[in-house]
Amino acid sequence: MADGNGASRREVIQLAAGGSGGLVLGFSLVGKGEAASSAARLNTYVTVQPDGWVEVVSKNPEIGQGVKTSMPMLIAEELDADWSKVRTVQADSDPGLYGRQFAGGSMSTPLHWDELRRVGATGRALLIAAAAKSWGVDPATCSTEPGRVVHAASGRSAGYGSLASAAAALPAPDPRSLKLKDPKDFRIIGQPMAQVDTPSIVTGKPLFGIDVVVPGMLFATFEKAPVFGAGVEAADLDAARAVKGVRKAFRVEGAGGTEALSPGVAVVADTWWQARKGRDRLNIRWKAPEEPGLSSRDLEALMASTARSSVDRIERHDGDVDAALKGAAKRIEATYHYPYLAHAALEPQNCTAHYSKGRMEIWAPTQNPESGRQLVAKTLSIRPEDITIHMVRCGGGFGRRLTNEYMVEAAWIARETGAPVKLLWTREDDIRQGFYRPAGWHKFEGGLDASGQLVAWHDHFLTPGQGVQTARSAGMSATEFPARFVPNFRYGLSILPSPTPTGPLRAPGSNGISFAVQGFIDELAHAAGADPLAFRLKLLGEQGLVGTPGRDGYDAGRMRGVLKKVAEVSGWGRTRMAPRQGQGVAFHFSHLGYFAEVVQVRVADDGRIRVEKVWVAGDVGRQIVNPSGAINQVQGSVLDGLSAALGQEITLEGGAVVQGNFDDYRLMRIADAPPVEVHFVLSDHPPTGLGEPALPPAPPALCNAIFAATGKRVRRLPVDPALLVAG
Amino acid sequence: MAFTLSVNGRNRRVDVDPDTPLLWVLRDSLGVLGPKFGCGIGQCGACTVHVDGTPVRSCALPVEAVGKGKVTTIEGIGETEVGARVQKAWAELDVAQCGYCQPGQIMSATALLASNPKPSADDIDAAMSGNLCRCATYIRIRAAVRRASGQTGEA
Repeated sequence: MADGNGASRREVIQLAAGGSGGLVLGFSLVGKGEAASSAARLNTYVTVQPDGWVEVVSKNPEIGQGVKTSMPMLIAEELDADWSKVRTVQADSDPGLYGRQFAGGSMSTPLHWDELRRVGATGRALLIAAAAKSWGVDPATCSTEPGRVVHAASGRSAGYGSLASAAAALPAPDPRSLKLKDPKDFRIIGQPMAQVDTPSIVTGKPLFGIDVVVPGMLFATFEKAPVFGAGVEAADLDAARAVKGVRKAFRVEGAGGTEALSPGVAVVADTWWQARKGRDRLNIRWKAPEEPGLSSRDLEALMASTARSSVDRIERHDGDVDAALKGAAKRIEATYHYPYLAHAALEPQNCTAHYSKGRMEIWAPTQNPESGRQLVAKTLSIRPEDITIHMVRCGGGFGRRLTNEYMVEAAWIARETGAPVKLLWTREDDIRQGFYRPAGWHKFEGGLDASGQLVAWHDHFLTPGQGVQTARSAGMSATEFPARFVPNFRYGLSILPSPTPTGPLRAPGSNGISFAVQGFIDELAHAAGADPLAFRLKLLGEQGLVGTPGRDGYDAGRMRGVLKKVAEVSGWGRTRMAPRQGQGVAFHFSHLGYFAEVVQVRVADDGRIRVEKVWVAGDVGRQIVNPSGAINQVQGSVLDGLSAALGQEITLEGGAVVQGNFDDYRLMRIADAPPVEVHFVLSDHPPTGLGEPALPPAPPALCNAIFAATGKRVRRLPVDPALLVAG
Repeated sequence: MAFTLSVNGRNRRVDVDPDTPLLWVLRDSLGVLGPKFGCGIGQCGACTVHVDGTPVRSCALPVEAVGKGKVTTIEGIGETEVGARVQKAWAELDVAQCGYCQPGQIMSATALLASNPKPSADDIDAAMSGNLCRCATYIRIRAAVRRASGQTGEA
């Protein structure tokens, strides 16, 4: 923004599309004192072509969460476009035009539900005005059918394409003044729509970052130290250069830490395979790291030796936990642990860059292009305005592509090379050079009164960090459930010094915390002799909204709603279970979504786990934008959670990650995927996102089901089948 | 070293090292970008193509081993009746999330149905077990294979 309050004023701007005779609409952010007609500042979403086709811009990165379909659906609905004649266009990164463009926090839907519908409504109003003017009738007497303006009284109608130029010449209405559709009149929102890229996906058209082709492009690989951030002592660059096809091999000194540019060696060749063969000959000797490398067992030992009394700081204390524990009729304690995890998006990190005449052009599969631009600008000393970023469809994101170090690497290597370069990581690079979901430990104590009510909760949370600072994505909010639902509640924090890079993984924080919290709640329910689902309902109490909406609000009523729904659809408490078969329940609130899930498992005598079915009840407000995408997201989130809980763990040895590929970092395969039945509970709240909130309840529901089936409590992930052997 | 490969019904000449995996010949030398790189060790199946109708992991198949085998990729599979049916089922059920693994999934599914037109649920799981989907669209993958085989409902 050119000035501090630039983003606060929003206006709708229009102009005739260059040469096409069409209509272009959009919200524009107009800086103070700047002309609204400044074309460079236009924020353009909708183009109506003379032939009636409508082009709708999708502003955010597509990482598989479906926004390239669902966001244009919002615009097309209020435009009353014919969805079969809508083309979506992926925006470049341009925050001046589009505001923040990112894929994270399941925020696309809540941030754009109102705004993008108003973009569409503004277009519809202009098209109606153009038709009314040409017919000499009152616009209020006109209506629309998909792709057409209709004047029922005279039986006249006109397609949007024929009205586009005239509409473009009219003054735009204030988008806030427009009345949006009654949801009962929706024709697009709420309909299951296939992803707009589906035809290209199923026929193998180039779509992804790895598919980018720039004329004259070379291919690069970049090797970094196994111990994060260690420098290069020596490398056999000439051996790499001797490989056929290799054009360049050079050292990169690094700048700005692991989130910008780590030290390493780049090899650039005519094809990627040649670059890899060159890399294999580098024989790199790495400098000794500044700090001794950490191993997983060191962290574990540190955790074990950190007594409850040595809590670094108390993050929350309600009531008097020690007194309540002392006076409790029943008291239990347990320690829960979840490991580091890698993101392992199937498309390995890659980026294509071309530096020419002081300008950098980048094609990046990224979840957060603007932070990449700033990082490239800073690290390479290029002005941000001289960097163009094309957002390319991502072969999965899961939070990994919020960190843009691969973009910096590609930019650096391309500038050094003097040609367009596509940098592509190996799978091993991806698994071993991650920003991992932080490991965590929770030492719990809980107290029940004589009636079985939870009266005391103590959580000593041990999490990686440096000094007094928790590592990225390693913190826990002081309002995390069951805070505010237990009269005597204490949450103490200890930081375990660890240099391992961490970062957000799908449902960050929640994806580990839910396992611990919902597992211990299950233990308390059993200790109370209560049904685990009834115990949870009682814990949620009679309250509605607790806290402040948009900040720390937690609507217990909505959570009770999904718990009751999942009890009903799963046959909870009403289904006879075979020996070593059982159901478990868990719930979690994150990313504005309320989810409760029941998992049913059968555990073989040898400990092998068969997940038979999962039932999900979710409340993400009053409207599901695209039911097809929504169900896919929920099913995928649940299976993602189960996949991690059943098989994934990143371990460290001497500061380096041990795992390297899918043979030792195991993802769920099809035979282990259970059916996942999804139910949405519609509540009168604005629609919110679905990329993440269905994940967190899955791991604890699984482990609670394993307890129901075997009597064995899983307190450590991934689940170890050897501990579940019968007898 | 020069090789002549049959790719999607066309003979293509390439000059590459004999140990170059077919995947990189397709992608970097021939511009056939549908087969994807996921792991490089035959674990994920994103690179699956057919050689004489048999699904192979092209990331781990040296080009010299292809010989006179006819290579079919996702770009060419729609020319076969079964392949077109599989692609149609994938589109109708909106299987994909990120979509990156789906070319490989479709190649494995097509090979399955070409040899086993009415696979059981276990047949499907077995034939598709070499293809990872990080977004975990497995439920729809199963349903799409069943639909493409003319079977409806859950197995």
